[in-house]
Amino acid sequence: MSSARDRILGSLRRSLGREELSGEAKAALEARLAHPTANLTPARSQLPHAGQVELFIRMAERIDVTVARIPGRDEVPGAVADYLASHNLPTEFRMSPDPFLDAIPWERRPLLKFARGRAEPADLVGVTPAFAAVAETATLMMVSGPERPATLNFMPDTHIVVLESRAIVGTYEEGFARLRTARNAGTDGRYMPRTVNLITGPSRTADIALTLILGAHGPRRLHVVLVDGEES
Amino acid sequence: MQVSSHDFKARADKALHDPNLRQALSAMEKGFVSKRQAAVRDLPEFDALRDRAVEIKNHVLENLDHYLERFETQVLAQGGKVHWCASPKEARETILALLRTVEARTCTKGKSMIAEEIALNPFLAANGIEPVETDLGEYIIQLADEPPSHIIGPAVHKTKDQISDLFLEHHQKYGRTARQTDPQALVNEAREILRQKYIDADAGITGANFLIAETGSTVIVTNEGNGDLTQMLPRMHIVIASLEKIVPTIEDACTILRVLARSATGQEFSAYTTFSTGPKREADLDGPAAFHVVLLDNGRSAMIGTELQEALRCIRCGACMNHCPVYQAVGGHAYGWVYPGPIGAVLDPHFVGLEEARHLPSASTFCGRCEQVCPMRIPLPKIMRYWRQQAFERKLAPPPERMAVQLWAWLVRRPALYHFATRIAAYLLGRFGAERGYFRRLPLAGGWTRGRDMPAPSGRTFHDLWRTSGRGRGEAE
Repeated sequence: MSSARDRILGSLRRSLGREELSGEAKAALEARLAHPTANLTPARSQLPHAGQVELFIRMAERIDVTVARIPGRDEVPGAVADYLASHNLPTEFRMSPDPFLDAIPWERRPLLKFARGRAEPADLVGVTPAFAAVAETATLMMVSGPERPATLNFMPDTHIVVLESRAIVGTYEEGFARLRTARNAGTDGRYMPRTVNLITGPSRTADIALTLILGAHGPRRLHVVLVDGEES
Repeated sequence: MQVSSHDFKARADKALHDPNLRQALSAMEKGFVSKRQAAVRDLPEFDALRDRAVEIKNHVLENLDHYLERFETQVLAQGGKVHWCASPKEARETILALLRTVEARTCTKGKSMIAEEIALNPFLAANGIEPVETDLGEYIIQLADEPPSHIIGPAVHKTKDQISDLFLEHHQKYGRTARQTDPQALVNEAREILRQKYIDADAGITGANFLIAETGSTVIVTNEGNGDLTQMLPRMHIVIASLEKIVPTIEDACTILRVLARSATGQEFSAYTTFSTGPKREADLDGPAAFHVVLLDNGRSAMIGTELQEALRCIRCGACMNHCPVYQAVGGHAYGWVYPGPIGAVLDPHFVGLEEARHLPSASTFCGRCEQVCPMRIPLPKIMRYWRQQAFERKLAPPPERMAVQLWAWLVRRPALYHFATRIAAYLLGRFGAERGYFRRLPLAGGWTRGRDMPAPSGRTFHDLWRTSGRGRGEAE
């Protein structure tokens, strides 16, 4: 059969001046894929953990992300309520149906109203956890799943992320290494969820006369509630 | 899109006399060039990362057949499908057939240069499916019915006033009758109108910055978040990508990502980098039910092993055009096809034919800035020179131009005669120009002197001055 697939692979091999790779050559490439290793990584984030947390905060400020650092999970409701009040936002929000967020004592701020689930068009505020965060560029790593619908990262105008400081790592590569561990990745490369969103600041555009405007299609505001826990 | 590269000279001339374009392009130095410079300064490893990125892509190109097959295996294992397409026609028809399976009436689109390359929008529209561009720049030029003029800032040629007029004209049907002039208000208006389009769309089409062989993931990099809403809200996500987008592992993608945003916009990292792998999983609350990757060759496989191979490392950051004095003067539309600037001068002759695009590799002074800033170290001037040579050998230029080149080649191969002739010319020009200091007109150089005066030379050639100043003998001044 002469499918487009065969024609393209045939053309590639003609250009490369060889047949299909030998079993040995293939095995070498497969070994590289089965055990991915980080290439050169910048020295910037190679710090003790406390320094990485500081770096995350510093980099976040540079990209219009606000950070409220609190000592423990019990302070999350207060931090969320204060942020919403300071921006004149409604006290209603949509939250990921996630066990970590469920364990927060939301009843401490009875005025806060929330529903769990994926984002709906009318939702103005979304509250989600982050799987990890990368200090290098203050990048949040969001991993989709039944408990973490990805729509919450994009549809509401205001996105509040509850981030445990122990989830902060130095580099993107360290974040993905944690993902592989968390999902019991073998060597077959089949550990990825539907989406991994690396989020670095609120939505932005410069498509109108190269003027920077926040909130093009995704959130206009990105606020991180950084929770120090006993582990950090 | 309609190819009009053969018309480069006339289009460039028109561009130089367009005050709106001049105003729009004048923002580029501040918008792109200085920001890139600052980002590079902030990352001491930048050049070492470039070297590593080049190695990764070179390795991929040598083993592309294997990595593509591996990518397909992984996409299938995750519940998606890969569609191999040799030509733009095959890709268009594949996409249409996929859209028909969900009885699509509208589809949203993230920014994709490959979609431009295969002229997808007019084809879908002709087949009764409305494509809606969601990247703000692409949306603006879709309203204006124009092609993109820059690969990352498709509407960079438009002024704010022009955009105000466009929105006023096209948004009346949504009940928007006020002319907005504040950039924030313009963005808000587009945001509100497009939000409903995402929700109504039957399918979402995005491009890909990377395809990952390890996991079968496709990666998009955006700042607006439009590519994400495009792919997560409809029932079907179609990714359209050319085959050289493959990288082996996620770690390899991370290395190239570190040079991508810094080279493109001068950001440390773009706002959204999204890895999409297969359709939504069984218990997921959102995400597309179907995931398809349309893999386009369009002659790329034939570039491997030729003078053009290194151009396949391109990650479409746009740094070459941002730093090109010719692009900065004439903008992207003058180039007449999908890829403008230095990378366009290198790619377009391959895609649309050298006969059509022969002016593009000549639209360069070989100043070398493009190669200097290219994160993937593509030798752009060298490939342009290759095309110029090809154009000469294939006798594509008109006879007077070819004769001039032949005459020049004949002269410079005879050093004694060359020195003699240039000495006479310099003497005559110096003598006749001494009084005024410049020439208004010169024989055989009317095209050049039409736009500027030619300064009169001193009367002696560079070689002579060099010799008498002693520098030619390596002595200090």
